[in-house]
Amino acid sequence: MTLDLAQFHDAFFDESFEALDTMEASLLELNVGAPDPELINTIFRVAHSIKGGSATFGFSEVASFTHSCETLLDELRANRMQVTRAITDLLLKSVDVMREMLRAVQHKTPIDAQRVADLQSARERATAKRGEGRAPVGAAPDAGARGAETEAAPAAPSQAAPESQAERPAHRWRIAFRPYPQLFAHGNDPLRMLRELAELGTLDVVLDAQALPELDELDPEACYFAWDLTLTTEAGRDAIDQVFDWAEGDCELEIHDEAAAQAAAEPAASPAQGDAAAAPAAAATATASPGPASSPSEPASTPAPSEAAKPPAARAAARPAEAARPAGGGEHVDVPKQGLGDGSSIRVSTEKIDELMNTVGELVITQSMLSQLGGQISGMAADQLRSGLAQLERNVRELQESVMRVRMLPISFVFSRFPRMVRDLSQRLGKQVDLKVTGEQTELDKTVLEKIGDPLVHLVRNSVDHGIELPEARVAAGKPPTGTIHLVAYHKGGNITVEVCDDGGGLDRDRILAKAQARGLVGPNDALSDEAIYELIFMAGFSTADQATDISGRGVGMDVVRRNIKELGGNIEVRSTPGKGSRFIITLPLTLAIVDGQSVSVGTETYIVPLITIIESLQLKPGMVNRVAGQGEVFWFRDDYVPVVRLHEVFGIKPRATQLHEGLIMVVEGEGRRVGIFVDDLLGQQQVVIKSLETNYRRVEGVSGATILGDGAVALILDVPGLIRAAAQRAAA
Amino acid sequence: MTTQVHATAQDGGHAAAKAGSHQVLTFTLGDETYGVDILRVQEIRGWSPVTRIPQAPAHVLGVLNLRGSIVPIVDLRMRFNLELAEYTPLTVIIVLSVESPLGRRDFGVVVDGVSDVMDVAVEDVKPAPELGAHVSTEFIEGLAAVSGRMVMLLDIDRLIGADVTEMQALPATG
Repeated sequence: MTLDLAQFHDAFFDESFEALDTMEASLLELNVGAPDPELINTIFRVAHSIKGGSATFGFSEVASFTHSCETLLDELRANRMQVTRAITDLLLKSVDVMREMLRAVQHKTPIDAQRVADLQSARERATAKRGEGRAPVGAAPDAGARGAETEAAPAAPSQAAPESQAERPAHRWRIAFRPYPQLFAHGNDPLRMLRELAELGTLDVVLDAQALPELDELDPEACYFAWDLTLTTEAGRDAIDQVFDWAEGDCELEIHDEAAAQAAAEPAASPAQGDAAAAPAAAATATASPGPASSPSEPASTPAPSEAAKPPAARAAARPAEAARPAGGGEHVDVPKQGLGDGSSIRVSTEKIDELMNTVGELVITQSMLSQLGGQISGMAADQLRSGLAQLERNVRELQESVMRVRMLPISFVFSRFPRMVRDLSQRLGKQVDLKVTGEQTELDKTVLEKIGDPLVHLVRNSVDHGIELPEARVAAGKPPTGTIHLVAYHKGGNITVEVCDDGGGLDRDRILAKAQARGLVGPNDALSDEAIYELIFMAGFSTADQATDISGRGVGMDVVRRNIKELGGNIEVRSTPGKGSRFIITLPLTLAIVDGQSVSVGTETYIVPLITIIESLQLKPGMVNRVAGQGEVFWFRDDYVPVVRLHEVFGIKPRATQLHEGLIMVVEGEGRRVGIFVDDLLGQQQVVIKSLETNYRRVEGVSGATILGDGAVALILDVPGLIRAAAQRAAA
Repeated sequence: MTTQVHATAQDGGHAAAKAGSHQVLTFTLGDETYGVDILRVQEIRGWSPVTRIPQAPAHVLGVLNLRGSIVPIVDLRMRFNLELAEYTPLTVIIVLSVESPLGRRDFGVVVDGVSDVMDVAVEDVKPAPELGAHVSTEFIEGLAAVSGRMVMLLDIDRLIGADVTEMQALPATG
């Protein structure tokens, strides 16, 4: 049976990238001088899993690079080397290189061999420096090296613990191997496994054929045998476990070390061996069979007890990294294999969730249809029917909310990149910056999450580059030399608010004003409030950095940040106090799948206008409208002339109201411009689920999507910025 | 009154066609009988009012909610420049899946009524004759005579494909 490993590649890459994120985060947390051994273990485990996985899939460059990385980590773990700043920097660079290598392998592009070699030698130098204590571990042929070549499962059931790499006397292992009948069905061959064991040392095999039935009852595809094995070998426990990797779950397996007393003497040194060794070692028996996650596609079904004790928020975190980080201390001993697959989460494609959302959306419509019908029915059973329908409504609503929540991810997905970025940036700029993060568990829709990353990076970069002053300047201003950047996320109403605050110098009011005047953005004599001046930084072509550094000020300015956020249906504001710091406040919708809409009617059609774009709805009186020569109608609204867009003309519908004072004007804003949309009537406000017209049709100008109303009919959602652009074009024509 | 047609994979249809015959769903427009490959048929449902789409060609009537997805509806009589008929409760929408340059699309076509499912042998399909400039035969894949009736087999990919790929700009003057 040949197994096509390629089908697991995606899962491997996904998990490896996540694992690297974990590794990076742990490295950043690592305290120089007094490192938390648990953190080092976490890093080591992650590296080991990546090594194992890449070896399995034949990505030997990655495996060998990671292996040498692991060697260094092992030195740290065994306290043979001190954790220094230089070492963490080296390891962080290694993480970058691993990421690049994996990406190169993933996209089948060549690996930058030079960078790999440079780092490799830098690391070897670091390892060599640690003194003459013992032979270089890289040369130790033992379990670690073998792991790189032959390791079968990405998350091997046990890790190369230091003791297995040290030279030690041959152990006698008693192995009780009792396969379940379906062993063969999963491609396992006991003979091959026995041969592999025999290669490790001297193997004594006793066959137990008691379960073998009569010939006429025999199922040739079932395994009836069991074996009692005695293996004398120098190889470690992990080497034995490897042999049984693929049989996990298909057999009862007891591996029992006759010299277990020795191992039990140093359980603290080998927590990475996990539940296979740590706790039960005292009993000298370890059961490996139903153990935690054995393959990437099959997360552990038995979360360790400590899992339940964690706060729900931590458990809700879909990413192992998030679960792993707050879970400090001894928890890792219980859940050592969390490094790659959090037992409490599964990976689901967004398509499946969208399908689910669709179905639930349909259910909502059916339910509201039934409710309407229920209201018309009278008679004996009507009351019962109505209470049943009310129950249905509640359940459907809960179902819809739950499905929505599935798409939500904690914002830590975006925040997690900042510690590294701030560290690197501040180092380069010679600044001291502390990054504080609050509310990283705040959840928002995955699509919003993906699009908010770049604007936030820009803001944080700006804060480090322009906001926080150099240490001397800070001390001179009576502030601590270390500046603080605070990232905050919280829910507010139906929105999520993200703030980027710094305690730097604040925005320079006079410089902004001078620059804006120089660029002709404001007139020389305009009287502007401070807020209005701060707002100027969001205008196109504005950058206050006197020198464009390569960090910020490359022409991509705050105007792009604002535009990106506006595109998401959000908003950005700035507050600033001179000498005290600045605060950027971003408000975003929780999801792009739902929009708060105002339904309006034009003729027989119903349209949805996103609530966030609406400024005011009003009725014009005759005489309030002016005709601008040949350029359509405008009216005076809050100190400005606003053009009228007659929706029925744009969309070619027959309206009920043709005179402006007969219908209603809805003043909407998009991309900084306002228009008054003329409609027949306002209907009501409701939350609508956005559906794409492009799925089966094509993009339509002036329409951003469609939704399904309570009665099952389709209503189009207006694309307000698009309508405004079209109106402007028409005015110009 | 929605009828689900269990359509299997598309390639299954081509395989069957090569094997000698394939099944065709026939429907009527006025006095004429048309046929489409049954494997392209997703669903047959009764007429219900549609939501208009702005800037759409006249024969694209609008969109309809088909179990949660938004499906455009084309009036085939309008498409073929036939005399228009009134929509009655007997008017039928056939939902077809179309291969467009942009991928698979679901589309509904309005027809007078669905007639039958019949086997059409490959050798019974004759190329459509050129009938002159005023009758468009570009969407006719071929003609088949089945039990004395002439069925026009439609090339729905060409028929519908153009409607989903063209992007018309908002008219500059209202």
